[in-house]
Amino acid sequence: MDWPLLSTIILIPILGSLTILLINSDDEIGKRNIKIVAMYTSIVNFFASIFLWVNFDKLTSDFQFTERYAWLTENITYHVGIDGVSLFLIILTTFLMPFCILASWNSISVKIKDYMVAFLILESLMIGVFCSLDLVVFYLFFEACLIPMFLIIGIWGGARRVYATFKFFLYTLSGSVLMLIAIIYIYLLTGTTDVTILNGYDFDYSVQNWLWMAFFISFAVKIPMFPVHTWLPDAHVEAPTAGSVILAGVLLKMGGYGILRFSIPLFPIGSYVFTDFVFVLSVIAIIYTSFIAIAQEDIKKLIAYSSVAHMGFVTMGIFTLTDQGIQGGIFQMISHGLISSALFLSVGVVYDRLHTREIKVYGGVVKKMPIYAAFFLVFTMANIGLPGTSGFVGEFLTLIGAFKVNLYVAFFATTGVILSAAYALWLYKRVIFGVITNEEVEKLSDLDLREYMILLPFVLLIILFGVYPNMVIDLTATSTANIIENYNYTLEQYLSQLTSINSGMDN
Amino acid sequence: MSFLLYTPILPEIVLTIASMCLLIIGVFRRNERTYTAISNLAILSLLIVLLTIVTGRVPEGVSFGGSLITDSFSLYLKTLILVSSLIILVVSNIYLKNINLLKFEYIILILLSVVGMMIMVSSNDLISLYLSIELQSLPLYVLASIRNKSLKSTESGLKYFVLGALSSCILLYGLSLIYGYTGSIYYTEIASNLYEYDIGILIGLAFALAGFAFKISAVPFHMWTPDVYEGSPTTVTAFFAVAPKIAALGLIVRILITAMPTLIEDWQSILILLSIFSMLLGAFSAIGQRNLKRLLAYSSISHMGFALMGVINGTFDGVRSLSLYLLIYLVMSLALFISIIALKNNDEHIENIEDISGLAKVNPVMASIISILLFSLAGIPPLAGFFAKFYVLYAAVDANLYYLAIFGVLSSVISAFYYLRIIKVMYFEESAISFDPISKRLKTIIYLLTAITLLFFLKPSIFINFAGTASASLFI
Repeated sequence: MDWPLLSTIILIPILGSLTILLINSDDEIGKRNIKIVAMYTSIVNFFASIFLWVNFDKLTSDFQFTERYAWLTENITYHVGIDGVSLFLIILTTFLMPFCILASWNSISVKIKDYMVAFLILESLMIGVFCSLDLVVFYLFFEACLIPMFLIIGIWGGARRVYATFKFFLYTLSGSVLMLIAIIYIYLLTGTTDVTILNGYDFDYSVQNWLWMAFFISFAVKIPMFPVHTWLPDAHVEAPTAGSVILAGVLLKMGGYGILRFSIPLFPIGSYVFTDFVFVLSVIAIIYTSFIAIAQEDIKKLIAYSSVAHMGFVTMGIFTLTDQGIQGGIFQMISHGLISSALFLSVGVVYDRLHTREIKVYGGVVKKMPIYAAFFLVFTMANIGLPGTSGFVGEFLTLIGAFKVNLYVAFFATTGVILSAAYALWLYKRVIFGVITNEEVEKLSDLDLREYMILLPFVLLIILFGVYPNMVIDLTATSTANIIENYNYTLEQYLSQLTSINSGMDN
Repeated sequence: MSFLLYTPILPEIVLTIASMCLLIIGVFRRNERTYTAISNLAILSLLIVLLTIVTGRVPEGVSFGGSLITDSFSLYLKTLILVSSLIILVVSNIYLKNINLLKFEYIILILLSVVGMMIMVSSNDLISLYLSIELQSLPLYVLASIRNKSLKSTESGLKYFVLGALSSCILLYGLSLIYGYTGSIYYTEIASNLYEYDIGILIGLAFALAGFAFKISAVPFHMWTPDVYEGSPTTVTAFFAVAPKIAALGLIVRILITAMPTLIEDWQSILILLSIFSMLLGAFSAIGQRNLKRLLAYSSISHMGFALMGVINGTFDGVRSLSLYLLIYLVMSLALFISIIALKNNDEHIENIEDISGLAKVNPVMASIISILLFSLAGIPPLAGFFAKFYVLYAAVDANLYYLAIFGVLSSVISAFYYLRIIKVMYFEESAISFDPISKRLKTIIYLLTAITLLFFLKPSIFINFAGTASASLFI
């Protein structure tokens, strides 16, 4: 038997957090040791996840690195495995984690032990979400993520943290409980919750719509889609920097991933029926939240709204159900994971110095922090989707997909690109350029080595993925093709049945 | 050997004799040393009985001419009852000494009530049903008011007694109607005589269910719960929250499934209403509570609503989900109550939610334990509470009662709010209160129960199979 690599990657952070629990955190040395253990754990886990990439077979659409152990019942098992869709999301998770810990190195001073434990456990759970192949196991990981995130926002957040974290928790929980009922229904109907078996199962058409809806609500809250996106700006604003990074970088991707892994393969007819519905919501999200972003006075809130807009591209792309659309959706998730994380980390850099996120306090930062300004420029451009950055590839592909399917959707979504330029450039202008009006800004010092180390990899990756997107797209191609093939096959059958019923009625 | 006829209920007999002997000792020798001796002997006898049951030495069968039945379902529930009362007795020793309430009657009353509960889950006819409920209730009335110098405690005892007596009347009235229309007191005969649809039997059923609903404090028969929970000493509250509920639910399941399987549509509709109202009212009312015990009272009402969901279907899966729910509920709520008992500030036990503000800073271990328990009560995976809810929801969906399941999950979202509020107080607020060190014995119990809650997901099949074998005996 092969080494159970996926379980190892899930377990390493847990082991790390157990080790941290044993360390005495009363003195400075203990606190430093905790940070170091957390750092090493996350780095080791990143390298472990690189093994997934190296050994990944891009020619097959089957699940790889699968493990299956008996668990709840005979047919509800601990079943994990990855394909092209999940591979990069896992690597994104393990990649972001060391930066989160590094970003919290000095800014978190209270309860550092609890903080690191929460982050490492969260890492395990997020990886579990992306590789579980059983609905119940997926739900378990999906919901369990709420606990550490609730604590991270609530304990180490800003002034309105209690409101924000309650809103986050209750929104997400109420979204996903219906999915639990749907999962139970599926189990009663089919006798299994194993995705690999369910992929071939024909759910009755009338049932599919209900099940699709139950799953969709929970994913829509997580993505978040208009009109259930309101928890995100609050959560982002109040969360500590690293919390925002994880929230934007990984937690939001669970929704898009869930749609790709469950909604479309399991309920193709439901997906077909609701395609226009999703398009409308996505386009509203892209345009409406972009406008809102323009009006924001808080840097983090602005980035949060821009996240909603960018995730609109993801859902739109996925539901075009074309090769370009889905590939673009996956790529956009990875790229947005990098860009928004980088933006939040950049905000964290100035926040650590001035302890405010209000745009009008800044202005003229470039004079004091030229290197920072350069970094921030790259991220802003990537956020706009400038060619040469990874943001461009994702948006471009999803838009191609949309043009193929529905011209109006594509037309309106494209305006979102312009709007994103509006809010992002204006933000850049107000924060970086201009004359210094605030004497606090006068005292700013440029990036230190730690911050430099945090931001540089993001710049490199964003440009690398922008110039050579095939690194990702090559590996997601087979899985995407498989999803579309299965979808089209089921849909053709359904449509031909419909026409035969209709023609039967005509006769 | 006629003695062998009684071996199925030997545990109850042993416990009765033990409590009588201890009563005599206590009456003649009243001092603190005797209290300790009595308490230790009581714990010992409970332990012996528990071990006999767990090791499978109690034969299954009927006794007293079919009035009492011992099967794996009743043995399972008896195990739960014994475990909870054992834990309560151990904790009581520490707690009562603290609040200066060392009365040996307390122990005897708990023992007698435990005997009542054990007979409740074994009862197989209407007479033993009623008598066992009374045997269980009477000591509880006294226990509620055992702190007779406190106004709240006496008030709660009186309230409990008056309402309890009323509910007993209603129950008795219902039972007599059932007897009158079926001509038998034995469950099996009732089941076979129920061939005719009769309005009298329906009224009887409704009255009986009202009486039962009072015992598990299901809405709209819940009014006594918050006051009694608040007024009683905390160990008694913990006892109230767990053991009588287990016994009453076991009794409800047995009478409905073995005596009235043909009336399933009628009792199902009553139970659905009880369940929905309990879940929603429990969830909404707890939001405004400041007193921890009142809050937990509403939370237990909500949980009883959930547990009833498992009864509704009348199938094996349903009863198994109920059995599992009771087991997990026992672990979670006992651990939480004991944590509340364990936390005190200068010998003052905590009362309100604010009293534990900033606990995470002073005692991070206890704060994280309480959070784990609260998250589990809210049903957040991967903690044990999630699996409890998962299986009762499974039973509801299995019965095609989707709206019931939706009410269930929605109310669990609402109740998540007030559980989170407690966590908020402990973690997000600062306070300079210090807490007294916690005794080792309490710590061990809390750690053990929390470990079960936390690690349940690693091998859930152990407990599920346990509950499954128990429930199977009702469906032979």
